[in-house]
Amino acid sequence: MSLLKVNNLKVNFKTYGGTIRAVRNVSFEVDYGETVAIVGESGSGKSVTVQAIMGLIKKPAGEIEKGNILFKGKELLQLSQKQLREIKGKQISMVFQDSMTSLNPTMKVGKQISEVLLYHQHVSKQEAKARAIEMIKEVGIPNAERRYEQYPHEFSGGMRQRIMIAIALACNPDLLIADEPTTALDVTIQAQVLGLLEGIKENKNTSIILITHDLGVVAESADKVIVMYGGMMVEKCSVQELFSNPNHPYTWGLLESIPNVSNKDKERLKPIEGSPPDLFSPPKGCPFAPRCKYAMDICMEEVPRLYDVADGHSSRCFLNDEMAPNIATFSEVEERV
Amino acid sequence: MNQEIIKTTNVKKHYAIGKQQVVRSVDGISIDIYQGETFGLVGESGSGKSTFGKTIAGLTNPTDGSVYYEGNNVNNLSKKERHRINREIQIIFQDPQASLNPRMQVGDIIAEGIDAHGLAKGKARKERIYDLLERVGLNPDVVKRYPHEFSGGQRQRIGIARTLAVQPKFIVADEPISALDVSIQAQVLNLLNDLKDSEDLTYLFIAHDLSMVKHISDRIGVMYLGNMMELARSEQLFDNPKHPYTQALLSAIPVPDPTLSKRDRIVLQGEPPSPVNPPSGCKFRTRCPHAMEICSLEAPMWKEIHADHWTACHLYS
Repeated sequence: MSLLKVNNLKVNFKTYGGTIRAVRNVSFEVDYGETVAIVGESGSGKSVTVQAIMGLIKKPAGEIEKGNILFKGKELLQLSQKQLREIKGKQISMVFQDSMTSLNPTMKVGKQISEVLLYHQHVSKQEAKARAIEMIKEVGIPNAERRYEQYPHEFSGGMRQRIMIAIALACNPDLLIADEPTTALDVTIQAQVLGLLEGIKENKNTSIILITHDLGVVAESADKVIVMYGGMMVEKCSVQELFSNPNHPYTWGLLESIPNVSNKDKERLKPIEGSPPDLFSPPKGCPFAPRCKYAMDICMEEVPRLYDVADGHSSRCFLNDEMAPNIATFSEVEERV
Repeated sequence: MNQEIIKTTNVKKHYAIGKQQVVRSVDGISIDIYQGETFGLVGESGSGKSTFGKTIAGLTNPTDGSVYYEGNNVNNLSKKERHRINREIQIIFQDPQASLNPRMQVGDIIAEGIDAHGLAKGKARKERIYDLLERVGLNPDVVKRYPHEFSGGQRQRIGIARTLAVQPKFIVADEPISALDVSIQAQVLNLLNDLKDSEDLTYLFIAHDLSMVKHISDRIGVMYLGNMMELARSEQLFDNPKHPYTQALLSAIPVPDPTLSKRDRIVLQGEPPSPVNPPSGCKFRTRCPHAMEICSLEAPMWKEIHADHWTACHLYS
C-alpha cells in the first residue's frame, strides 16, 4: 500500500468572474521514502493539488468537486476538522514558499517550533523546548539556544526556510509537502536547503512532495515526476524517464526552452509559443492543444485519456493512440542533432 | 569591436543608515563594457548588482569614482547632454506589473519617451507606436488597452517596447525574465537577442539565473558583497572559473540531467555577511574553502590573470 493515493481529484474556485477549474482529474501515488516532484507553470494547479491534500481549500469559494485522497488507506476528505488536525502537522506537514509571510512575526521562532510539539505530542514545556532546540540544530543553524529566543525578522531568508522545515519536521511526519521551498532563495542557499531535504529523506525515510518549476531541482532530488498543465496532469513518470524518454509535447517544450549550462554552443532557445490557458474557459479538448506543434483535430475536441507508454509512465496525449500519425519523438530528434 | 561604451573607475555607492552605519552596496568596481556586447552581471541577492546597474544608468550618483559613457563622465554633464544620455541609456525593470502605470493605456505608456524627447508627432508618432508593438511581437490593436489586460510575458514586452521607443544605444536589463514562467522566459530572451542585432544595442544583463545569463552573455561579471570577484568571457568563466566563489556558485546550479546528479558539489557554509559590516580583506574569506592568512589582512588586487579574464583573489597573486 502506498502512503498517499490521490484519485481523480477535481478542485474548483468560484469567483465573480466565473468558476475556475483549477485542478481537473489528477491522480497519483506517493510511496514510503519517495520524493515526488510536481512541475508546472503558474496556474497549472500544482499548489492547489497539495493544498487539497492538506485540507486548505477553503469553502465556500473553493470546492473539491470530486475525488479521493487516501492517506495510509484513510480517506482524508471524509474526516472531521478535529480528526484532520490529528494528522496535519503530525503525519503530514507542509513547507511554504515564502517563509517571511508563513512565520508569525510576533512570536519567537523557538516557540513556533515547540507549539507543534505541545499540540501533537503532549510533552511538558521543558521537553518541548529541548526538542525544539534540537530541531534547530538538526536543520543546521548554529547557536541554537540563542536562536530559539529570536524573532523571524532576525533571520535571513535561507535560515527562515530552515526554521519552516524544522517546524514541519518536529513531529517526524511521514509525508512532507514542500511548495517551492527554494524558489525565493539564492543558488548557494538553495543547494544547502536541498541537501537538507535529501538528508531527511535518507535518514528518516520521509516521503516528500516537492513542488517546483526548476527542472534542475527535479533532476537532482526527485524519484518520480508529475507534469501539470492547465489544471491537468499531462505526464507522470520516473525522473530518468522524464529526461531520457519524455512523451508529452508540453514536456518536450519545457525541456527545450531551458538553456543547458553544460551546452557549449549558443543556439537559439526554442520557447513554447503562446501563453497558458485561461482557466475560466479552458479549451474544450487538450489544454495544451492551442500551443502544441503536433495538435490534431481531435485534440481541440476531446480531452485525451492517460495512455500508458512504459512501465510506470503515462501521458495524456493522443499521439500515443494507435490511430495517431507517427512523429519523431523528442529523444529521436535529440539523437539526430 | 572592443570599443568601450561604458567605463567605470572604482565606482562606489554607499547608503547611510542611521548616524553611524553605512551600507556598502557597491564598493569599488572598475570595468569596461564594450560596444555591441551583452555583459552579464550575476550575484546573490544583496551583492549590489542592481545598485551597480542603477549607478551606470545614471539613476543614482556614485558616492565615489566615476562612470563614463562614450568617454563622457555622466555625473558631470550639462543639462542638455544629460538629456541626450538619458535617452541613449535605458532600463528594463524586473517586475513588469509594477513598472507600468496601471492607469495608462499601452500606447501612451510607449509614447511617453517619444513625447519627452520630441522624437515624433501626429501620424509619425502613431506609426512609430504600431511599429514598436509589432517589433516586440504584440498585435498593434492593443494600443488602447491597459496593463492589467496582459499576461506577465506580454507586459514585459510592453516594457521593452517603451524602452526601444527612444532609440537607446545601451540598455540595463535588471532581471528582465526572473518574474516570468519558464516557457515564457525563453520567448523574452530570444526577443532581447533579436533586438540587440536589429537595433544595434549593448546590454548590461543583470540576473541570478546563471544558465540564462550564460546563454545570452558575451562576458560575465560575478559580484559578491559589492565587489567584482571575477570577469571573463562566458564560456571561459563556465569552463574554467578561477575565483573560489565563482566555482561554488557554478557548482550550486542544479543541472537538468538526472544521470549527472551525484557529482561533487561545493556547498558553501553559512550565508553572505552583512554589507554594513563586511569582513576585512577579501569579503568572501569567511565562506571561502581556500581562505589563507593574507585574505583577512589585505583585499586582493583586481587583476587580469589571462587575456580578458580578471579576478580578485590571493590564490592568483
